[in-house]
Amino acid sequence: MTTTTTPPARIRGRALRKLWHNPMGVAGGVLLLIVLVAGVFAPLLAPYSPAAVHFSTPFQQPGTVGFALGTDDLGRDILSRVLYGTRASLEVGALAVLVSIVLGVPLGLLAGYWRWLDALVSRLADLLLAFPFLIIAVGLAAINGGGLANAAIALGIAQIPTMIRVVRAETLRLKESDFVLAAHTMHAGPWRILGQHILPNALSAIIVQATVIMPAAVLGEAILSFLGLGIQPPEPSLGIMLSDAQQYLFRTPWPGIFPGIALAVICLGFNLFGDALRDALDPKTD
Amino acid sequence: MTEPLLDVSELEVSFRGTPAVRGASLRLLPGERVAVVGQSGSGKSTTAHAVMGLLPGAGQVTGGVIRWRGEDITHAGESRLRQLRGREIGLVPQDPMSNLNPVARVGTQVAETLVAHGMCTRRQAWRQAVELLGQAGISDPARRARQYPHEFSGGMRQRVLIAIGLACRPDLLIADEPTSALDVTVQRRILDHLERLTDELGTALLLVTHDLGLAADRADRVVVMSEGEVVETGPAREVLTMPREDYTKRLVAAAPSLAGPTRASTGAAEPVLEVTGVSKEYRIRGRGGVLRAVDDVSFTVGRGRTTAIVGESGSGKTTTARMVLGLVPATSGTIRLEGQELVGLRGARLRAARRAMQPVFQDPYASLNPVWTVERIIAEPLSTFAVGDRMSRRTRVVELLEQVALPGALAHRYPNELSGGQRQRVAIARALALGPQLVVCDEAVSALDVLVQDQILELLSSLQAELGLSYLFISHDLAVVRALAHEVLVMRAGRVVEHGPVEQVLSAPADPYTRQLLDAVPGATVFS
Amino acid sequence: MLRYLFHRLWQSAVTLVLASIVVFVGVRALPGDPATAMAGEEADPETIAAVRAELGLDEPLPVQYLTFVRNVLAGDLGESVRTGTPVSEMIGATLPVTVQLAVYAMLIAVLAGMALGVVAAVFRGRWPEWAANGFSLFALSVPTFWLGILAVLYLSVQLGAFPASGYVSPFEHPLRGLYYLTLPALILGLSHAAVVQRQTRASMVETLTADFVRTARAKGLGRGAVIFRYGVRNSLIVVTTIVGLQLGGLIAGAVVTERIFSLPGIGKLTLDSVFTRDYPVIQAVVLVITGAYILINLLVDVLYTVIDPRMRVSGRAR
Repeated sequence: MTTTTTPPARIRGRALRKLWHNPMGVAGGVLLLIVLVAGVFAPLLAPYSPAAVHFSTPFQQPGTVGFALGTDDLGRDILSRVLYGTRASLEVGALAVLVSIVLGVPLGLLAGYWRWLDALVSRLADLLLAFPFLIIAVGLAAINGGGLANAAIALGIAQIPTMIRVVRAETLRLKESDFVLAAHTMHAGPWRILGQHILPNALSAIIVQATVIMPAAVLGEAILSFLGLGIQPPEPSLGIMLSDAQQYLFRTPWPGIFPGIALAVICLGFNLFGDALRDALDPKTD
Repeated sequence: MTEPLLDVSELEVSFRGTPAVRGASLRLLPGERVAVVGQSGSGKSTTAHAVMGLLPGAGQVTGGVIRWRGEDITHAGESRLRQLRGREIGLVPQDPMSNLNPVARVGTQVAETLVAHGMCTRRQAWRQAVELLGQAGISDPARRARQYPHEFSGGMRQRVLIAIGLACRPDLLIADEPTSALDVTVQRRILDHLERLTDELGTALLLVTHDLGLAADRADRVVVMSEGEVVETGPAREVLTMPREDYTKRLVAAAPSLAGPTRASTGAAEPVLEVTGVSKEYRIRGRGGVLRAVDDVSFTVGRGRTTAIVGESGSGKTTTARMVLGLVPATSGTIRLEGQELVGLRGARLRAARRAMQPVFQDPYASLNPVWTVERIIAEPLSTFAVGDRMSRRTRVVELLEQVALPGALAHRYPNELSGGQRQRVAIARALALGPQLVVCDEAVSALDVLVQDQILELLSSLQAELGLSYLFISHDLAVVRALAHEVLVMRAGRVVEHGPVEQVLSAPADPYTRQLLDAVPGATVFS
Repeated sequence: MLRYLFHRLWQSAVTLVLASIVVFVGVRALPGDPATAMAGEEADPETIAAVRAELGLDEPLPVQYLTFVRNVLAGDLGESVRTGTPVSEMIGATLPVTVQLAVYAMLIAVLAGMALGVVAAVFRGRWPEWAANGFSLFALSVPTFWLGILAVLYLSVQLGAFPASGYVSPFEHPLRGLYYLTLPALILGLSHAAVVQRQTRASMVETLTADFVRTARAKGLGRGAVIFRYGVRNSLIVVTTIVGLQLGGLIAGAVVTERIFSLPGIGKLTLDSVFTRDYPVIQAVVLVITGAYILINLLVDVLYTVIDPRMRVSGRAR
């Protein structure tokens, strides 16, 4: 416990310091930084357009002058495609997190706070759970055709039930706490209690859940695009690159190696960082 | 002179370099009862766990010697410790709710102790476990042994833990706050039973407790600990009636007792709160039955006075307080605050009524929003009732902090940066923010150490004198009630069994249940 | 307890009905008119109207839904638009492959995951924990279908240690069947093993630091007894829940795995039907998958009442 002699420290500030002292968290943070820079600045960093073909130079080995990571069957620069693919992965991940938060958090709060809504929301969550993300993606792809937004929405929808579960559990716990009881005696209304007492205290759990959803969505996007249900060529995607590479893997493995590594690095970053964040925000690990 | 059973000398224990026990020494003769008394953080439990080699996580013995019948067991190996634990030294742990495996039958949990020490074969173990449970005071043990912990009440679970602790007839039983989670009358029955069993078996007892009265009642000798050191040790009565050390003196003085002057009710005061014939019924799910949690309760709280409700768990005292606060709707009856009827009130009228009363809850850790600053917490009632602007609220917060004797600099701290006593002061400041007539204190000092508890009680009475506040004070502790209340209600199973001025109820109780409660208060005979 | 089971059964039934409505409405929302598709693009309006009447598509939607439910209950899932084969036959042929793959993968995931979880919890702060945690971090971060592709290339094609693709029914040739399914099941089970490992570890750590475990040690119980009788027993409850929740991911994974290893399972059927816009097949496959998911989660909850005695009385402990 912090004693009264320490200078005013903030709860989340303290969590950040704990995170900073955790080597795994720092490693995750560094990986995330690299991935974010690569994704955000892909247009500046990539030497070529991801779709630019160089028919004269297919199947270049990594280290070739001009093509640092080599080229694929159409002579497209793998480095450029990996950078743009990373960007697409992050876009899908962020969108999926957004969808699950925008829909899952309010539903979780409502279900936890009002008993009569709980049954309704729980049935909805059960229903959503019965449709794996691939099935939702299949449905959306059949209606609208594939695409980045479709993949992100399918992945986000599939994560709503877990977000509801997390927020609902936090709401149930916090609803019974004495400080909420005290707020009732001050005649604070339900929205005030939900917005000012419950949501700020549930924020840690929501953030941690977001770090779990992010890598799941990135991998999900790769699977969907690999199967042809997600991002459509010629848009760049790590999943499509893997799908393409599978066809000529016997000839040269490199086009199939780098996108896989990129996916692993993105997910490893989020997983490491998320784990460390969870530990840092957990008051029990003091 | 007989050889001591247990001899701890100059014991030092630390957790990751932070010392928890610093040079504590204590001795225990065969068959003797010794109580280790101290507040939270005094190192009393850590000392007890070190003896059994059960220090949690990063805890390490960094100095000193623990001798068991002359044998040095300070750094004994796991195999020696396993023989020792359960067979030679038994343990009755603190919280009966968390100390039994929720997914194993109660009988199995007793039997595995016997089997682990080869006391009997697996086959006989069950029969013997049933017998042990019976001896520990569990009726119908053959049937109960097949049940799981969640089917037992707190007191019954503690009996199971006693059966486990004594299963192998150890020479020493360490009881770590064995009854602090239980009601006083249950506590008394269980301790009586424990005393009889250890007497019959000649088992020595090391009782770890925060309760001076309990130590005085149950131990031959006491060891007073503070901040990891032994402050004073000696025969129980002597130490607690004529303490030599300064710390012990303060501790004894702070302990609420059933003796000493009470607050006299001088004449009748005009009532602030009038509760008449209030009941609360809950429908029992599925069976169509009705549970009367509160049954026809009536009382008043006079202006500038304190009315206390005492009772054990399930007595309906907290439900009564919550009905007054409007957190739980009353099924029937009337509640009048300043002449205004509260039952059935809604909207703006309820809002207005709520301004006149504010609560202080039991757990100072749970009653303050952890992500808010002290300033925001104290100003919360002002902002929900839209009183003043930001600047005026800020000055009001400083004023309130001063009233509860906290430095103004604390305004920008977060609750987790405060001590338990400071937090409870913040909760009181919040309750005072709107200038209420009535403050409802629901076990407001129960979670605090005795020294802090004394300070908060002092603060409450001086605020009452200063501001003319009225208190509705809910407590399970008769001694605390005596220190603060003018009027007392004793509740049991939802009904008021006795009601009157504090002096009369606590000195000459008319109801046998009140008598029973008073007798169960530990240390009653020592301190009066 | 019976009340709880009935309640759970009722909930599952409601979910199943809702799911069937979603599937039914969803398929109707798909672009393209099935009547036109069946009659052919060049058919005249009368022919199309006749086909529509024959299919019952001119009825109001609720009536169509009831007909649909009646047909499904009678085992009639319609016919493939593409081949004319009854859909129930197609599912009958592919479902067993996927079930075998999924059960095998889950078995691997639970066994490996629990073992590694126990190791991590028991050897806390020492190298076995680092190794076990490292494994699950790896398995959760690396796209496992990519590992599948690499495994086909290096283990099957170059080393010849496993068959690269194909399916042999384990009911006809037990050993050969298992042999053909092993690599796909390993790849599919990998990420689930990681999830099980993490949950087992977390639950074990929680149990092993619980008060009742200290009490057990105070009785003189050895470390082994405490780990197995207390830790593993209690973590089984958590793992059971996980298995139920993981099924959605397992189904998605099965689709990819079947594609990589060319297994004739329901995943392959799903993909084929999506790309050929064979709506009756899509509808049936989605219905079967959601139905299976709901059913298995119901079974998991029933299993709960067996594992956790607290559930037997109140049915709502947690």
